[in-house]
This record gives sequence, structure tokens and C-alpha cells, in this order.
Amino acid sequence: MLDKAIKGSKAYWGWIIFLLACIGVGFGFYMLQWFQGLIVTGMGRDVSWGFYIGQLTYFVGVAAGGVMVVLPYYLHDYKAFGRITILGEFLAVGAIVICLLFVFVDLGNLPRFINLMIHPNPTSILFWDAIVLNVYMFLNIIIGWNVLSAERKGVPYQKWVKVLSYISIPWAFSIHTVTAFLYQGIPGRHYWLTAIMAARFLSSAFASGPALLILLCLIVRKVTRFDPGKEQIRTLGGIVAYAFILNVFFMILELFTSFYSQIPGHMHTFAVLFTGDGNLVPLMWTATVFAFIALILLIVPAARRKEGVLLVACVSVIIATWIDKGFGLVVGGLMINPFEKVIQYWPTFPEIMISVGVWATGFFIITVLYKVASAVKEEAGA
Amino acid sequence: MGMDRRRFLKIAGLGTMMGFGGKAAFELLAPGAVEASLKDLPLTHAKKWGMVVDMRKMTHEILVACQEACHLPHNIPDWGDPRVEIKWNWSDTYEHTFPGMENAYMDEHFLEKDFFVLCNHCDNPPCCRVCPTKATWKREDGVVMMDLHRCIGCRFCMAACPFGARSFNWGDPRKAPPDLNPGFPTNPDYPTRSKGVVEKCNFCAERIAVGEYPYCVEAANQLKEGTLIFGDLDDPNSDVREALRSHYTIRRKAELGTGPNIYYIVS
Repeated sequence: MLDKAIKGSKAYWGWIIFLLACIGVGFGFYMLQWFQGLIVTGMGRDVSWGFYIGQLTYFVGVAAGGVMVVLPYYLHDYKAFGRITILGEFLAVGAIVICLLFVFVDLGNLPRFINLMIHPNPTSILFWDAIVLNVYMFLNIIIGWNVLSAERKGVPYQKWVKVLSYISIPWAFSIHTVTAFLYQGIPGRHYWLTAIMAARFLSSAFASGPALLILLCLIVRKVTRFDPGKEQIRTLGGIVAYAFILNVFFMILELFTSFYSQIPGHMHTFAVLFTGDGNLVPLMWTATVFAFIALILLIVPAARRKEGVLLVACVSVIIATWIDKGFGLVVGGLMINPFEKVIQYWPTFPEIMISVGVWATGFFIITVLYKVASAVKEEAGA
Repeated sequence: MGMDRRRFLKIAGLGTMMGFGGKAAFELLAPGAVEASLKDLPLTHAKKWGMVVDMRKMTHEILVACQEACHLPHNIPDWGDPRVEIKWNWSDTYEHTFPGMENAYMDEHFLEKDFFVLCNHCDNPPCCRVCPTKATWKREDGVVMMDLHRCIGCRFCMAACPFGARSFNWGDPRKAPPDLNPGFPTNPDYPTRSKGVVEKCNFCAERIAVGEYPYCVEAANQLKEGTLIFGDLDDPNSDVREALRSHYTIRRKAELGTGPNIYYIVS
């Protein structure tokens, strides 16, 4: 089936070459980091995790969000999503690749990654995170590929594929729960020590994952002869709406607990992120403004059912959640150090370029897989 | 063991070529030696090494001496940049060392005083709990130890430590600014680190193994006897226990339940 990926238009090849160029540039900057060490990033002894780990966290959410097309189809027999489960699964594969690469580029000593397998520590959440992410990636590759092959041959997929699909549903919840546990089980980091961290993660995942999926569906419709479908996009829009409202609601719960209790540690990070004099303040307010725009556009059903409006809402959701989870969450947790001093962090140019390389790798995989999927769908539809 | 160094290396080298690396080679040539050295070298007889810092005696001069006494023999580079600095012991003010315990009416000299800080060698260390490769662990004698050859540099331990006790080698320590690091590595008998690994105070495991006090304790007490009291918290007759019996002491962030083993006599 992979042969479908080498037959494409000029625009397709242009996009592929652009992504490969980004990967090349990213790899070049990674070599710089490889030889000089993580000193080329903006991280330091206090903000010891930065952009890389933030992006890891965000894209685990995108991967988990893919389940929002799989779950209605398999558990609620919502037939319309049968058409696009493959897009959710392949998005998850690309997103997990991005996650794993962000872990790799963040490591001080990459070759020693093997120690995770030969000296595993079961009390470490990072060990479990590596397991659930890898299993989820393989589940989605196997399910997606087999379902698509069956569709191409015009036969129903095998029973064991369906069993794996059922397993993949709770597994999607697990990947983001475990990722939240990386943060919420750590003593002494006020911003992270909250029991609803995993719930917040899941709600933002189920908003940002489907939001990105809607954008991808619209692109697929534009550049291929396969139409993911009006009803499908509309239902996804409803899912984004509910999930994002929950996400904002959970954030309000955090704010209430912090500011009604008036416990200094709980208020401190919010104060620094939103009213401090650091470079994160404009970023956090940008996220807040886009969150409001998204809320207004999503809550009114008549508005979100217009695809143009939904598009704006989805972009707003992506910007808001990307800043909140991909940046503010990790940096906010560390920028108030154990001595209660505020430490500023901003990613360096090499750090950004390495991230560009990682994103490009993930989107390269998504592009190729989507190309195969849409080509098979085009044939099946013809 | 009736074998000289040259002969040992020769056989060990042959053994390695034949596939008996590391421990296997030792097992062949000196049965039980690895276990013995791993057990005997660090552990001494203590159950729980700990320290009492007598802040009544602590001065700025002693703090400087403590850091120098530690950083030079442990080959800790000076990067000249607080963002990426590596430190095993240092000092900070009361309100930063004990956040939330200050009040507006405290004696000024108290707020201006610098407190000696280092790894707390906790009873229940979160850093060890989160390490994905067991590259840091709690020894039977209480020392929270690092295996600098196993650490993958994920820095989870740095996020988990509520005391900021851990440092990361952001760059290669051998490439730290030469003008700030004359004669680096300052101690040829202690290994330098590679870039990309985490390190921290090891309670001078290499010294307590041979019955010596940690560098900082030695340096502090040379300037003023009794500033740093080091000993076995499990032994009721030890100096540390006597100090804890006869003085009111506080610990950093004890409410987090990590069980820090550095105690402070504050007045």
C-alpha cells in the first residue's frame, strides 16, 4: 500500500520536500546539541525541562485525542465515524512519533536510553510513560494498517483487529493519564501538585486532538478526492466543544482552590504567569484570549455548525491549548524554583529549530499515512 | 590475592576479549571480590548518615570554605553562569531556604544570615522514586547515591527534588571556561563527568568509606569547631543525636514527607 505515497501531485511533493528540508535543518541543529550538550538550549538548573518536554506533553494529548473518533464508532456504533477512524489512528501514530522524538532530543545522553530497558525502575512514571506510548503507537499502526488493507481488498477486517481497537480505547486514556502523573505526583512543585491534572490533560487532549483532526479533514477534502464528510466534521465539532468547555471548567476549579484558599504556594505560579514581569505573561494572555474566542464560537451550535466558523474555533482551541500545555504548564511548574525564586526561561534558536525538525518528522509520517489512506478511500469510493 | 596489578590487567584484558567483561572477570579471578568491595567500600557501619548545621556558629567565611573544600576535590567546574552552574553545597537566605517560615517581625540579622544547603539525603527521596533507570538510589547507610555512568540525563530527579539539590552537566565540564577553572580537573583521583548527566552531593561517600569526615564538615570545623556535626542518626550515642537532643532544630520542607536528614540549629 505504501506505493500510494509515491504517486502524488506537484503540491504533494513540494510539501514532502519542505518537510524533509525542515527535518534536515533540525537534524543539523541536533548535531550542534549533540556535540555541545543541552547548554545550547535555554534550560538551566531551575527550569530544567522546557520546550521539548512541553511539546511532548502537548502531543501526547493530540495522540490521545485520536480516540475521540474511535470510541464513538466502536462503543456507540456511530457508523459515520467508520469513514474517518483511520485518520484518527494515523494522526495518533504521527503524534506519538513526535512525542518519542521530543523525549530523545531532551535526553542528556541518548545512547544510554537503553538503560531504561536493562535497568527499569517500576516506581518511575517515566518508565511507564515509555511503555504506554510505545504500545499505543503500535496499536494504532497495526489497527490502522489492517483496517485499511481490508478496505482496499473490499473485505471486512479480521476479528483480532477489532479486539485491538477495543483495547486501544482505554489505552488512549492511559497514555495521557500516565503523562499527567509525571507531574502531579511530584512533591514541592505547587503548580503541578493537583489531583485534577490528569482530568485537565484529558479534557484538553479531547479538545485539541479532534480540533487538529478537523483541520486535517478539511485539508484532505481540499487536496484529495476523498471527503471525510460533513456530518463527521460536525460531530467532531461537538466533541471539541464539550471537551474544551470541560477544560476551561477544570482551569476555573484550579483558580478557585488557589485563590479562595489564599495559600501562597498555590497562588504564586498563577500570579507569576499572568501578572508577573516575565516573558510568559503575554503568551498566557494570548492563550486566554483564544480560549474565550473558542468558547464563544463553540458554545453556540448554529455558529460551530458552519465549517468556516468551526475552522476558526479549532485554530483558537489549538493555539490556547498549545500555549497552556505545550509551554505554560511545564515552564510554570519549574520557573518558581525550590527556593521560591522566579527564574525566566525562553527557548533558544537551536532549541526551536530542533523542535521544528521533530514536528516535521511527525507531520511527514502523518502526510504519508494520510496519502495512503485517502488514495485507498478514493479507489474504494470510485 | 597473590596477583600483581600487571598480571591482573593482562588476564582481565584477555578475559574481556573472550567475553568475560566487568564483573564476570572479577568473579573468575577473585571470587566474591566485587560483592565485597561494593558492600564494604561505601557502607561503613552506619545506618543513617545525617548532619546538624549549627547556624549560631556559621559565618560567611565558613560557607565559602565549605564550598571550596567540596568543589575542588570533586572536580566541579565553574561555568560562570548561574543558569547552568553545578553546585554540591552552597548557601541561601532564611526565607529562601525555609520558604513560608519567615515572618515580618523576625530579627534582621536572621534574615540576612546565609544558610548552608546541600542534598538532604532524604529518608524517602522522590529523586530515587522517579529515576527511570535506578541511576540514583538510597544506600543502606542513608547516602542518596548517583551512578554517573547509568544516568540518561532525563532530569526527572531535578524536577522531583524539592530542595534544588541536583545539578545537570549542560555542557562538557572539561570545556568550562578555562580562566574560571585553572588546573581543571583539580583532583586527578576523582572522576570528571561527561556532559548530559545529573550530579549532586554524595556525602563524600569516598571519604566516609575510609573513616574520614566529608570535606565540608572538615573545612567548617577547622574554622570553628562544631559548626557542622556529622554522624549516624541511628546511633543514640552519636554527636548528631546528642546535638538533636540538646537543641531545638528545624529541617527544610519537612511537611513534604521526604524525611530530610540535614538539621539546623537556628538559635
